[in-house]
Amino acid sequence: MISEQLVDLSRLQFAATAMYHFLFVPLTIGMVWLLVIMESVYVMTGNVIWKDMTRFWGKLFGINFALGVTTGITLEFQFGTNWAYYSHYVGDIFGAPLAIEGLMAFFLESTFIGLFFFGWDRLSKTQHLMVTTLMAVGTNLSALWILIANGWMQNPVGAEFSYQTMRMEMTDFWAVMFNPDAQAKFVHTVSAGYVTGAMFVLSISSWYLLKGRNIEFAKRSFRVAAAFGLASVLSVIVLGDESGYTVGEAQQTKMAALEAMWETEPAPAGLKLIAGINEAEQKNDWEVEVPWVMGLIGTRSISKEIPGIREIKEKNRERIINGIVAVVALETLRQHREDPVAKQVFERHKADLGFGLLLRKYTTDVRQATPEMIQKAVDSTVPRVTPMFWAFRVMVGLGFAMLLLFTLAFWSTLKTNCAQKPWLLKAALWMLPAPWLACELGWFVAEYGRQPWTIYGVLPTHLSVSTLSVGNLYGSLAGFIGFYTVLLVVEIYLMQKFARQGPGSLGTGRYSHEPVHHHTPAQA
Amino acid sequence: MFDYETLKLIWWLLVGVLLVGFAIMDGHDMGVGTLLPFVGRGDTERRVVINTVGPHWDGNQVWFITGGGAIFAAWPLVYATAFSGFYWAMMAVLWALFFRPVGFDYRSKIQDPRWRSTWDWGLFIGGAVPPLIFGVAFGNLLQGVPFGFDDYLVSTYTGSFWQLLNPFALLAGVVSSAMLTMHGGMYLAHRTEGVIQRRATAGASAAALVMVLAFIGAGVWLRYGGIEGFVITSVIDPNGLADPMAKTVARSADGWWLNYAKAPLLWLLPALGIAGALLAALLVRARQTLSAFVASSLAIVGVIGTAGAAMFPFVMPSSSMPNASLTVWDAVSSHLTLGLMFWATLIFMPLIVVYTSWAYRVMRGKVTVAQIQANDHTAY
Repeated sequence: MISEQLVDLSRLQFAATAMYHFLFVPLTIGMVWLLVIMESVYVMTGNVIWKDMTRFWGKLFGINFALGVTTGITLEFQFGTNWAYYSHYVGDIFGAPLAIEGLMAFFLESTFIGLFFFGWDRLSKTQHLMVTTLMAVGTNLSALWILIANGWMQNPVGAEFSYQTMRMEMTDFWAVMFNPDAQAKFVHTVSAGYVTGAMFVLSISSWYLLKGRNIEFAKRSFRVAAAFGLASVLSVIVLGDESGYTVGEAQQTKMAALEAMWETEPAPAGLKLIAGINEAEQKNDWEVEVPWVMGLIGTRSISKEIPGIREIKEKNRERIINGIVAVVALETLRQHREDPVAKQVFERHKADLGFGLLLRKYTTDVRQATPEMIQKAVDSTVPRVTPMFWAFRVMVGLGFAMLLLFTLAFWSTLKTNCAQKPWLLKAALWMLPAPWLACELGWFVAEYGRQPWTIYGVLPTHLSVSTLSVGNLYGSLAGFIGFYTVLLVVEIYLMQKFARQGPGSLGTGRYSHEPVHHHTPAQA
Repeated sequence: MFDYETLKLIWWLLVGVLLVGFAIMDGHDMGVGTLLPFVGRGDTERRVVINTVGPHWDGNQVWFITGGGAIFAAWPLVYATAFSGFYWAMMAVLWALFFRPVGFDYRSKIQDPRWRSTWDWGLFIGGAVPPLIFGVAFGNLLQGVPFGFDDYLVSTYTGSFWQLLNPFALLAGVVSSAMLTMHGGMYLAHRTEGVIQRRATAGASAAALVMVLAFIGAGVWLRYGGIEGFVITSVIDPNGLADPMAKTVARSADGWWLNYAKAPLLWLLPALGIAGALLAALLVRARQTLSAFVASSLAIVGVIGTAGAAMFPFVMPSSSMPNASLTVWDAVSSHLTLGLMFWATLIFMPLIVVYTSWAYRVMRGKVTVAQIQANDHTAY
């Protein structure tokens, strides 16, 4: 049997490297559009300050982008290195969006980012703007395809299990592509990226304004960031992927967990602001609730019920018991491919195959599953409530705080006095980490909330790993921690160095803090 | 549109195309990284070398990423078995690649000579280690890899990391390293002038010679050195479902030579590998740098094609459970996915070639010391 330690370490490594990767991704996704906006103004007005803005923010963008590239390859490799059974079992579906992402998106963004940095003197203004725009399109398309892949993990549509090849196979690509879960996720995730980009520019511009440096440059940057940020934060909240929570059981389970809804409540359910969660007794000791709101958000109706945790678990118990039959029939078919009885039984029960496989965490022969094992499997089908409940609330709280900040910032730009409100500038500066924290929490809710599955209802996490030794995992985890710590220190050092120096680092002679010219013929 | 058999064959070719594309595109900037500490003396010279690939390395690296993604989509069982079996080799490739994005982008951002020379060696590692490991991996594929499946098709690799580093595999590693060093040298000779160009020319021609000798040596070893190939001994239905346990496989001394016996025209591939490399060395010495680059690209087609033609239809043979060997017939995706991915590739690959060529055209011309000094703040 697969050791639990191996599964835990594989999960830890994936979670750590994925969350680390997502420190860089949202900034790339959002900032690239700010570059497009700034450069468009430059092309339209010919005012060189907008070109300097594009180039300076582009420089910081580049520092961030480098680590995005570095850490992104890890994730692609890791499906194969550490999640080999997953890769085999669902590669037929999951591999396709990843490969299309490479063909359609990565080539585009990566080819044009080179010209973005090196093409200023070799391209006409319009050509260069086209390059920047294609880079932005590529970046955002890559988010689309990766979220189609991720959406399929939450809501596996358009595919069917084949006992001959012992894997899921695609039956309908359009269903995979237009998976409502994936579409909701895409809008929510890229908008969160736009907010991150806007916050980054807003915070650093505020710092220049507080220091009284490069006022014209900073004011313009502040304005663009405030407007773009306000639109984006509204999009994150309004088009939040709450709308996806009605789709499929994975999302219903997540919603029950993150709302700490132990019992199915009569529609429309209330929204709990805070609660004292008692996991052991499966109830809340106390709660502060706003009536109706949850039902409205969760179901977009006032009459649909949202199932509670106990109800979900009882449904899953039936599926697990059904699943045992499916697993037994599958094992017979693997030995005798043409066994007609096994085929018939399998076809009838295969919808619950994944639930039967949950038991393989506790026994290699599911026929021998005891009632205690079944109970454990049933309990495992809903993630722990406390981390879900609080992670979600902090994320939403940060979202509303940012909405307030961007509203005030945008309002101040309309009154053209944005440089004159130190409290607002300070707030913008101190809010810098907020979007990153919100993004990481959002991914935590999405992925921890899907446990115990890698593919909801299809493939349990503990079966998905590669058959490696625990020693291998300790070794690679240590390597990642070492590399990633050094890289993060270097990145943050460079980022703050150039952010502090400001547009002077371009060496145009138009700004404060110009660098001294170092290159001397003696070095050649 | 196409039947399953045709698509399986197309995908064998397409993976080959992606591999060759990777070796020609990412290979040349990896070769430049390998040569960097040796052809550039002093910071400005090294910056010249780095800036020949500065605008392009990122796009080139996508050949690698897309190659991985395409294998995931088209040959999921190969992706799963190879990546997890070669665990530490893959980690080494990955960690070596870490040095590239940060090496290229961060190196010039701080003046300190120690900082810059650290990243020079980082770029060397990022350029030299992956080709070496890919060659070693090919060397192991040719000998068979110890892995097997259970009833659930869970793969287990039963060897160790160290046994991957056997002498034949290391020789294959030399072929691959020398090949991409040669290729990077040809590119560098084309994009630089003066002393750097002379050093690149010398490095590229030496690497071409090493590549040819190691390539011939590996071929002779494979024929006469007691390495057995693999043959399928059961009837195989090329249109059948992808079930790797449905066939029987035996080892045979002739295994890797059967395709050459059946289709003698395939001997053109190794001939192209050798002739391309020698021609490239001659051309670069005659300052025909662009032709030299084309010739070394053809050499890459020849060398990779030679290995692929020998192994067909095997992709990853198993030494410990030969029947579990992965082939182009049974380690593939479903008919629908193969078809879909074929059309996606057919649509996007030409576009990629067009805009990549445009990017190289925009940045064409020699990179010079004077240019670097004039663009101190914007060049890498």
